[in-house]
Amino acid sequence: MNIVVLVKQVPDTNSERRLTDSDHTLDRASADVVLDEINERAVEEALRLQEAHGGEVTVVTMGPDSATDALRKALSMGADKAVHLSDAALHGSDAVQTARALAKVIGTVEGVDLVLAGNEATDGRMGALPAMVAEVLGLPALTHARKVEIDGTTVRVERETDEGVAFVEASLPAVVSVGEKINEPRYPSFKGIMAAKKKPVATLGLADAGIDAAEVGLANATTTVLEVAPKPPRSGGQKIEDAGDGGVRIAEFLVAQKLI
Amino acid sequence: MSEVLVLVDHVDGEVKKVTFELLTAARRLGEPAAVVVGAPGSAAKAKDALARHGAAAVYVAESDEAADLLVTPKVDVLAALVGSAAPAAVLVAATAEGKEVAGRLAVRVGSGVLADAVDLDGEGVATQSVFGGAYTVKARVTTGVPVISLRPGAVEAEESAGAAAEKTVEVPAVDPARAVRVTRREPVTGGDRPELAEASVVVSGGRGVGSADNFAIVEKLADVLGGAVGASRAAVDSGYYPHQFQVGQTGKTVAPQLYVALGISGAIQHRAGMQTSKTIVAVNKDPEAPIFEIADFGVVGDLFQVAPQLTEEIGKRKG
Ligand SMILES: Cc1cc2nc3c(=O)[nH]c(=O)nc-3n(C[C@H](O)[C@H](O)[C@H](O)COP(=O)(O)OP(=O)(O)OC[C@H]3O[C@@H](n4cnc5c(N)ncnc54)[C@H](O)[C@@H]3O)c2cc1C
Repeated sequence: MNIVVLVKQVPDTNSERRLTDSDHTLDRASADVVLDEINERAVEEALRLQEAHGGEVTVVTMGPDSATDALRKALSMGADKAVHLSDAALHGSDAVQTARALAKVIGTVEGVDLVLAGNEATDGRMGALPAMVAEVLGLPALTHARKVEIDGTTVRVERETDEGVAFVEASLPAVVSVGEKINEPRYPSFKGIMAAKKKPVATLGLADAGIDAAEVGLANATTTVLEVAPKPPRSGGQKIEDAGDGGVRIAEFLVAQKLI
Repeated sequence: MSEVLVLVDHVDGEVKKVTFELLTAARRLGEPAAVVVGAPGSAAKAKDALARHGAAAVYVAESDEAADLLVTPKVDVLAALVGSAAPAAVLVAATAEGKEVAGRLAVRVGSGVLADAVDLDGEGVATQSVFGGAYTVKARVTTGVPVISLRPGAVEAEESAGAAAEKTVEVPAVDPARAVRVTRREPVTGGDRPELAEASVVVSGGRGVGSADNFAIVEKLADVLGGAVGASRAAVDSGYYPHQFQVGQTGKTVAPQLYVALGISGAIQHRAGMQTSKTIVAVNKDPEAPIFEIADFGVVGDLFQVAPQLTEEIGKRKG
């Protein structure tokens, strides 16, 4: 079972996240960046499947040089190797371009049985990238998994969405995206962190991955941002100590606001 | 006038409200054409409701496979229609499934896609709310037939008579190597409460609620207000309330008229899912809790005292 895990470095949700004034892309300089938490769960799931079925776990990312940190974190958790697609020409790529580029990178990894990813990034909330990668690769997409099982060449997933739970299955190779409730990711051990330093990280440019520069980047994007406006931050209103009548006071406030 | 394809969100022909919102938005761009993909008989059931909300045409794509396979039949049908009907745009609901349909369709037909729009104008400019509402972004698709997913509850549905002329279309056979088969479903039984994403009042409980049993206090307040119940991630992780009710960065985004937070500290990731609510009320025993920074009315106190009193008081006032 060779598994590729797609990971992404995102601005820490604990810090203030901003868009740049110049081209409306993510301001990476302004925020602390971390491996998106949902990706840790995808890595964790890959490692558990590897423990049960063998094979190799490769983490793949697309992003600036600093994204190496996200790869190192995944390697320190236990992944075997990493591939980093990094090229200035990728800056500002949209979802469709990103899906195509990632599919090309996955194509450079040999004998892939399963592609795992987080169901939704905290910075984009497109919520569809794994499925879009599957579409490019012509593979089945089993998304929003809260449980993944491999049985020979069949993959079975419990998919949890607003509609409820669907039990779904498909043939390998396949793409699976994991939801927040799938597992608790392990913390990298000291040994894991040391070992990660020696694990191979291949850095690919566009040409190495066989990607045409005309297919990626802000200038060739399939969507364009016309305008960005920060919302004024919300400020607090009235705050009272409960003196035994807190509930009544709220009711009075709601009446005054014509909410009841 | 060009057609605007609207993928109908339905369960066995029972049309969801978001579909009417999509049809309303579609009218701004052209002539709405509803696309029903599902088990045989779905469109017949859905037709009247679609006609009432302005569907000029209803494309009927029905087969057993359409109902038993995940997402792919919808992408296949829409891709075929994009080819044959040359629509001005394709609109889908920004649900988990809808976002997936939209993304895959864009890849398939070589278009750009915009996800989770909160508004759409007659020029095809979509408004998006990003980073938990910290920014409002206006964007448009520049390549191919625009594919746009609209956030449920963002556009007000308006009735308008439509001809709902039926046109049968084929559901292409799915390559077994690419198919994802649904073997069983356990649908969420929502009960009598409104859907979280669409409710005008949301009452949420956090870790401070203390137990699953205690969530009855949250539910009672929600019920007297006619609202939906939400929960923080800590409450969900502690097993107090099911995951599908989580509000926040990795849960639902809600923007009701009134949001009541009980025993929720107001972590940035929780705020990302509710800070665009019209009015926020918070009850927390810690005067320093960050939720008070964004609450229009805050009570520093014990939720076990304040919430039942509030429920009772509202009940009294309603008579
Ligand atoms: C990537 C990521 C994504 C996340 N996504 C989400 C998300 O989608 N949604 C979300 O909610 N969180 C999310 N979180 C978690 C978030 O950081 C907080 O941990 C979480 O919101 C805390 O929930 P809470 O306020 O219920 O619990 P706590 O922070 O523990 O707060 C409990 C509050 O209850 C108060 N309290 C206790 N007892 C009482 C009482 N009797 N009466 C009144 N008040 C009382 C306390 O004073 C305290 O303020 C995410 C975190 C990360 C890193």
